[in-house]
Amino acid sequence: MSRNIKNEMKIEFLSKSANEAFARISVAAFASQLDPTIEEIADIKTSVSEAVTNSIIHAYPNKDGIVKIRAILLEDEIEIEVSDTGEGIENIEEAREPLFTTKGNLERSGMGFTIMENFMDKLKVESIVGLGTKVTMNKKIKNKNLQNTY
Amino acid sequence: MLLFEITEELDHHSVEKIRKRADYEIQRFMPKKVIFDFKKVSFMDSAGIGLIIGRYKVANLYEGDVELINVKENIKKIFEMSGILKIIKIVDDLNSEATG
Ligand SMILES: Nc1ncnc2c1ncn2[C@@H]1O[C@H](COP(=O)(O)OP(=O)(O)OP(=O)(O)O)[C@@H](O)[C@H]1O
Ligand SMILES: [Mg+2]
Repeated sequence: MSRNIKNEMKIEFLSKSANEAFARISVAAFASQLDPTIEEIADIKTSVSEAVTNSIIHAYPNKDGIVKIRAILLEDEIEIEVSDTGEGIENIEEAREPLFTTKGNLERSGMGFTIMENFMDKLKVESIVGLGTKVTMNKKIKNKNLQNTY
Repeated sequence: MLLFEITEELDHHSVEKIRKRADYEIQRFMPKKVIFDFKKVSFMDSAGIGLIIGRYKVANLYEGDVELINVKENIKKIFEMSGILKIIKIVDDLNSEATG
């Protein structure tokens, strides 16, 4: 099953919280090529912010590391990968549950994965303790122009 | 009553400063009601949920409540998901509250 990739971008940056806004705005600007609605863009921005913040806070709690983003545009869909080479997640199923957090003391609410799941169409989390984590999210962009043709 | 106007995008990077300022003022005035005005907030992620729950806990030490006003639809969705609207009210604007 080969996919028709229309465009691709990659960025990487140090795990500094100042880069959270940079990351979500960059991906949103890239996604705008698919002519998404304002709501779709808002969903993408929030989901990227969640994934990137997780890498910054949880993957590299006491040091700087590298956070990578790769995004590809398919016909009517964007796929976004956010990855780190940090601490990893011991129990992915548990981590994805609403309100589960290992950092309650830092005022985390445990809603990050729940938000990504709700705002995107698909969410895949892969992680190996000590090696890192990769989050892959897909969102269909309902093309306004195409709908009008029929 | 203590009113905070939030003027920045709410993420992990920005909440720290707001948290410090809010806690300082809440502890100083011990208000019965703390209101956060979201009129200028165009973006929020889960860090905003943590910020508001955290301030609710501080306000509650002095028997204060927390309310949110002028919350945009996309941000309301995030608060709804978290379940915190059971303890923290979103009010459309201050005037409607005074009459209602
Ligand atoms: N990139 C990552 N590396 C290591 N652990 C992670 C990573 N992402 C998530 N986790 C783990 O999964 C848990 C749940 O993540 P989630 O984003 O849902 O909540 P949170 O980050 O704790 O809180 P919130 O996102 O609401 O501020 C985290 O507490 C952390 O233990
Ligand atoms: Mg998170």
